[in-house]
Amino acid sequence: MYDSDKIIPGLIIFVLFITFPVWYNHGDASAEPKPELPKGVKECVLPVADMRAEHMQLLNKWRDEVLRDGDWAFDVKVAGKKYQKSLMNTCMECHKSRKKFCEKCHKYASVTPYCWDCHFAPVE
Amino acid sequence: MDKKRRDFLKIAGISTLAGLGGPAVVDRLVNGTSPVGANAAREYDPDAQGETHKAGAGEHGEAAEGAKTRKRWGIVIDLRKFREDPELAEKAIKVCNYNHNVPHFTNKRHEVKWIWLTEFENAFPEHSQYHKDTKTLETEVLVLCNHCDSPPCVRACPTKATFKSPDGIVGMDYHRCIGCRFCMAACPYGSRSFNWRDPRAGLDMKKINRKFPTRMRGVVEKCNMCVERVGIGLQPACVEVCSESKAMIFGDLNDPNSEIRQVLKNNFTIQRKPSMGTHPSVFYIV
Amino acid sequence: MLEKALRGNKYYWMWLGFLGTFMAIGAICYVRQYNYGLGMTGMSRDVSWGLYISQFTYLVGVAAGGVMLVLPYYIHNYKEFGRITILGEFLAIASLVMCLMFIIVDLGQPIRAFNVMLHPTPHSMLFWDMLVLNGYLFLNLLCGWVILTAEHKEVPPPKWIYPFVYISIPFAISIHTVTAMLYCGLPGRHFWLSAIIAPRFLASAFAAGPSLIVVAALILKRISKFDAGKKAIDKMVTIILYAALTNAFFVCLEFFVAYYSNVPAHKAALNYLFFGITEHGVTYNNLVPFMYGFVILGVIAIALLSIPYTRKKNEFFLGLGCVLMFISLWLDKGVGFVLGGFVPNPLEQITEYYPTPNEIMITIAVWCTGFFILSILYKIAVKVEEDIHG
Repeated sequence: MYDSDKIIPGLIIFVLFITFPVWYNHGDASAEPKPELPKGVKECVLPVADMRAEHMQLLNKWRDEVLRDGDWAFDVKVAGKKYQKSLMNTCMECHKSRKKFCEKCHKYASVTPYCWDCHFAPVE
Repeated sequence: MDKKRRDFLKIAGISTLAGLGGPAVVDRLVNGTSPVGANAAREYDPDAQGETHKAGAGEHGEAAEGAKTRKRWGIVIDLRKFREDPELAEKAIKVCNYNHNVPHFTNKRHEVKWIWLTEFENAFPEHSQYHKDTKTLETEVLVLCNHCDSPPCVRACPTKATFKSPDGIVGMDYHRCIGCRFCMAACPYGSRSFNWRDPRAGLDMKKINRKFPTRMRGVVEKCNMCVERVGIGLQPACVEVCSESKAMIFGDLNDPNSEIRQVLKNNFTIQRKPSMGTHPSVFYIV
Repeated sequence: MLEKALRGNKYYWMWLGFLGTFMAIGAICYVRQYNYGLGMTGMSRDVSWGLYISQFTYLVGVAAGGVMLVLPYYIHNYKEFGRITILGEFLAIASLVMCLMFIIVDLGQPIRAFNVMLHPTPHSMLFWDMLVLNGYLFLNLLCGWVILTAEHKEVPPPKWIYPFVYISIPFAISIHTVTAMLYCGLPGRHFWLSAIIAPRFLASAFAAGPSLIVVAALILKRISKFDAGKKAIDKMVTIILYAALTNAFFVCLEFFVAYYSNVPAHKAALNYLFFGITEHGVTYNNLVPFMYGFVILGVIAIALLSIPYTRKKNEFFLGLGCVLMFISLWLDKGVGFVLGGFVPNPLEQITEYYPTPNEIMITIAVWCTGFFILSILYKIAVKVEEDIHG
């Protein structure tokens, strides 16, 4: 092979470089996140599994329904109480802490949604 | 089959397809979901032809089913009342800015405005007169988004980030806006502002309304006719703050029995730049 | 063929290094703008589009100008343009890349740019502009590359490419027409609200684009063995001249309509651009020198390109004429047209626009990126020609 003295080290460096995230974080698995749940309330808008998997789609759906279709009605029922479709004024009414609830999982999953660029989380 | 004939057939086939498809596309563009044609206006209010907003739309509107069910929110601004109480306008502006967390920047380049005061001649450049009466000269006019019935900004927006709601309010979806500012060039009223920088830098974060979000930098914003209040049956904040003097009247322009329609029926009103064909939903009594 | 761009003399590398330096500075400036927001620019609520969009508008024209070579060659079989058509196609590629970059740097939320495709909105002219610009870019990449490859292999271009070449002609017209429609369909902007905007854009485009190609051809003739041919250049100058005169004619018509009708709103922006407006004792006239430049340089350029001595006998004057033409039209469309349209604002107040240094550096960097791409593409085209004709 021509230039094998350059190609082989080059390949090694390349492989190391693209696998960097794997070996850099190796053995560094942080503990499973335990978001703090509201006390005394057992029910949410959807069953827990659905909320876990799809809360972002739900928020997007709510956003479009409220903002674009003008559906501001209080027709979300949780534990007999009626709420508006709203992140700020509904979700955060029970989940009072952004740090102890939202960010627990988001940090673990390394996602940074931009909700709070505009919306307000309750003061902590 | 010889070659020429095949070629001919190919071309004929393609042209037929184009011929069939073309008109469909045009149709969609003109009717469809598009607000280009002012047909939306017909559906809402058959008489809302810009400057000549005649009373009694209902008589012609009966035929259109939609006219009965669909709302079209509007505001009448009575400048006489604002002359009587010079502080009223400031109150309206203040309550709006607080409610919607409208930032305040000292640098004029970064300015964001939802509702503000301007000279009569700036609000109504088409109503120029030689030797104005003193009243008009002294009048400062509250201006805000006109929530046009055929809004040029909605036509211009490439992502439907600004749109016309079923109730006639021209809304903004800040999540979708790409910040191209085409709507700002399109608006003939200068009602739109851009977030040239992080709006939270222009807000006192201790004195904000935590029930309403701020915006982010790089999106366009404007008056939303308080959708968040109107949606739950309240009046826009600016209207509410003037409710005692009735300097601003809010209501459904499509309901012949509404208060706003009565006011329009009994007073001579003007609109800003009616010649633009935008059919504003904000009216002024001078 | 790309490897041909990797071999060049030291001037070639110095030129690329020079452009690269500005690109790097511009990149830093863009990071600053990205982190702070568009408040880093001189734009405001009243003048909401600035240098970026005005450069975009001008460069769409430069891109469309290439069609003035493609059309005579492929439709009228004007053989003299055979060698330089590729220059037109490659100029279109570089210009379009600049256009797209100017759009991106102008966006408040550039990472959401794809929303234009996620939520297609046929009633927005910007949606169509996105389609035709990308379409024209694709067509030029395809046609330019395929035809040059064929030439490189010394075989005739494949037959299937011709439909694409023919489609690219109406596409060139459409990019500038749709760009004009961004402006001329807006109520309340009287300066833009004119049916002559699209034809005027096309006229100035057909002068600006070919001017740059003539300058490029004259330079290439000096620094390489690529010779466009006297006849081809002379024909292009004729095209430039007619296009420039048509543009001047259209500008005069705008003046006639505004000042003869005497409608204040129609006169306002022209007043501001060419004479300055005085309001409440303050004179606003920061664009007047540019507009004077447009007129004076335009007249000199037309003279240089039409007087037989300067046009045919002396390549320096010919080149100078083309450069002045390019600058003159840039002052008209790349400065005055967009910025002037915002004055006065819809409330008839006057806000002047002064670009900030950061903004100017980004603008220069985008131009440099365009010329970087153009240099590389021309390098390839020239090398292919040289290899064949020795």
